[in-house]
Amino acid sequence: MLASQRHTYWLLIVPAVLLMLVFYIYPLIQVLWISVTEPYFGLQNYEALLSRPLLHRIWLTTLRICAITTIITVTLGYLVAYAMARVGERQRTTMMFCILLTFWLSVLIRAFAWVMLLRNGGLINSALMGLGIIDGDLPLLRNEFAVIVGMVHFMMPLAVLPIYSNMSGIDGRYVSAARGLGASPWEAFWHIHLPLSKPGLIAATILVFVFSLGFFITPAILGGGKVVMISEYIQVSFEETLRWGQATMLASSLLFAVLLTLALVARFVDLKKVFGAR
Amino acid sequence: MAETALASRPEPQSRASHSLSIRSLSKYYGSLAAVDDVSLEVRQGRFLTLLGPSGSGKTTILMATAGFVQPSAGEILLDDKPITNLPPDKRNFGMVFQGYALFPHMSVEDNIWFPLRVRGVSKSAAAKSVATSLELVQMAHLAKRLPTQLSGGQQQRVALARALVFQPDLLLLDEPLSALDKKLRADLQWELKSLHARLGTTFIYVTHDQEEALSMSDEIVILRDGKIEQQGDPVALYERPATRFVADFLGKSNFIRGQSAGGDAQGFRVKAGEVTLHQAGSQAADQPVLIALRPEKLSVTRARPDLPNAIPGRIAAFNYYGSTFHLQVETGALGDLIVTVPAWKCEIDPAIGNEVWLGWEPDASVVVRDN
Ligand SMILES: Nc1ncnc2c1ncn2[C@@H]1O[C@H](COP(=O)(O)OP(=O)(O)OP(=O)(O)O)[C@@H](O)[C@H]1O
Ligand SMILES: [Mg+2]
Repeated sequence: MLASQRHTYWLLIVPAVLLMLVFYIYPLIQVLWISVTEPYFGLQNYEALLSRPLLHRIWLTTLRICAITTIITVTLGYLVAYAMARVGERQRTTMMFCILLTFWLSVLIRAFAWVMLLRNGGLINSALMGLGIIDGDLPLLRNEFAVIVGMVHFMMPLAVLPIYSNMSGIDGRYVSAARGLGASPWEAFWHIHLPLSKPGLIAATILVFVFSLGFFITPAILGGGKVVMISEYIQVSFEETLRWGQATMLASSLLFAVLLTLALVARFVDLKKVFGAR
Repeated sequence: MAETALASRPEPQSRASHSLSIRSLSKYYGSLAAVDDVSLEVRQGRFLTLLGPSGSGKTTILMATAGFVQPSAGEILLDDKPITNLPPDKRNFGMVFQGYALFPHMSVEDNIWFPLRVRGVSKSAAAKSVATSLELVQMAHLAKRLPTQLSGGQQQRVALARALVFQPDLLLLDEPLSALDKKLRADLQWELKSLHARLGTTFIYVTHDQEEALSMSDEIVILRDGKIEQQGDPVALYERPATRFVADFLGKSNFIRGQSAGGDAQGFRVKAGEVTLHQAGSQAADQPVLIALRPEKLSVTRARPDLPNAIPGRIAAFNYYGSTFHLQVETGALGDLIVTVPAWKCEIDPAIGNEVWLGWEPDASVVVRDN
């Protein structure tokens, strides 16, 4: 009877598995397939990854922006989570609400909101000019700065949530014990709290970095064509230059980059632990 | 385990011990007084226990002493130096937390090194002190383990070693044995007590276990609702409880309500319903009195005993504990009385319904304040 019950549970996930197979795995295989058959069978598309300086540049830009975004987001996220784990119940609920609120606004709206703020004659530039701090518009839009600002803003919840969930599980007595044993507040943080919050930090880093790699709308709008990241270039290849071989190759290489990141991290930390599988 | 341990332990370093004064300490949480005007002196080298039921303010007093709780009022002094506003890391007190709070990401030896590390001692320079501490609690063989790989008793020892390795001025312990099983607890009580004797450090110990308090302390402070109910050495507290609360909390007691009725140099009489009892001490006539009578101070016999106080009864229930019988005897006049008798020399047949006599000397019972 127990065994049959277990079978019933398996049945419950069948629709989800089918959905994944039809709409996710199958197209993925197609992408991989096209990347080695367009325009003809072989690895010539991947050779371009090594030989074409334009692709180097795009990949480098992508990695640089992702790395900077990840560092800034995780650092800020850590600070927010730290504060959240320490304030009272009411403030915590408010903070959590504000963090989740950003999830409900579409990426597009948020990107355009940043355009309004950053553009020439926008709120920030006119405010600075009004205060007499600058004479002409600062170039705040259509550059890496704008892209990173927009991405950090978008990724914040992704960093705060895993770090906070880890931190709220850290027994406050460890830090107290450290203080009682003679550690200054900073030493207690550095030797005890920080190492104990490492799983949350790693989870946040992976999540933010992997998400950033494939980010499309925010860089496209705030970079304004000047800052081209890999996914934007994939879109251009698909829809404008119609080089499907190259597009699928880049899409596949993005997938490999994500897998490579996970593999690298897994060498140093127990991912099952980080993602709460045990 | 305890004997071999005593023989093989290294000689501890002698250290100056310190005294602590707590003066009119209060701590309010909103309108709740967790600690209410508590004053006490802990003389140097003493083993003082804060004993009380849950919520009586024991931990709060200990945390204020350690510097984790800011008192609402009052002062704390170490050797007459005020430390009330010193942060915890400037107090140099060792502390064993309830649940131990061993750092889960550090090995046993790194945990013990930690207090020395934050005092600027490198790992190699600390090696000897760490090893000595580990030997002190017989944990040298498990130095490389992580705390999660230790049993409760072993974690307790590591926490103790960590709290002692930097030669603290005072050792504070918050229910260090409460998570352990009974047998281990008894072993560790012996060890803690002998450790205290050999180190000479002043210990302040928190527990809600009255046996633990009685067996280990030089002095016990009994707390109730944030106030000191009574304090003194274990024998004085057990033999002469001042209030009903203390008589009931420290050990067990039967309580008999009556009216005083004159007396002489030997004592006075107490009218309790139909019967007249003889009680040592003195008391003005016609006062309500409450008498506390320890279950082990009653004798149980088949025939009427030759004692000033004797009363017949019937066994209503009994429990066997190996070393003792606990009998519940219906007396009619005095209600149900609980009696404990050594099982190996029990004169009567402890069966429900049997008729017995209970007896006690006038000085076996004490008059307590009812509160
Ligand atoms: N941070 C706090 N905020 C509000 N009330 C508190 C706080 N800490 C303690 N109290 C209250 O103060 C009273 C004393 O608490 P304390 O922890 O000192 O009791 P205790 O004697 O150690 O009890 P236990 O044996 O259960 O550990 C309790 O009523 C408790 O609810
Ligand atoms: Mg407590």
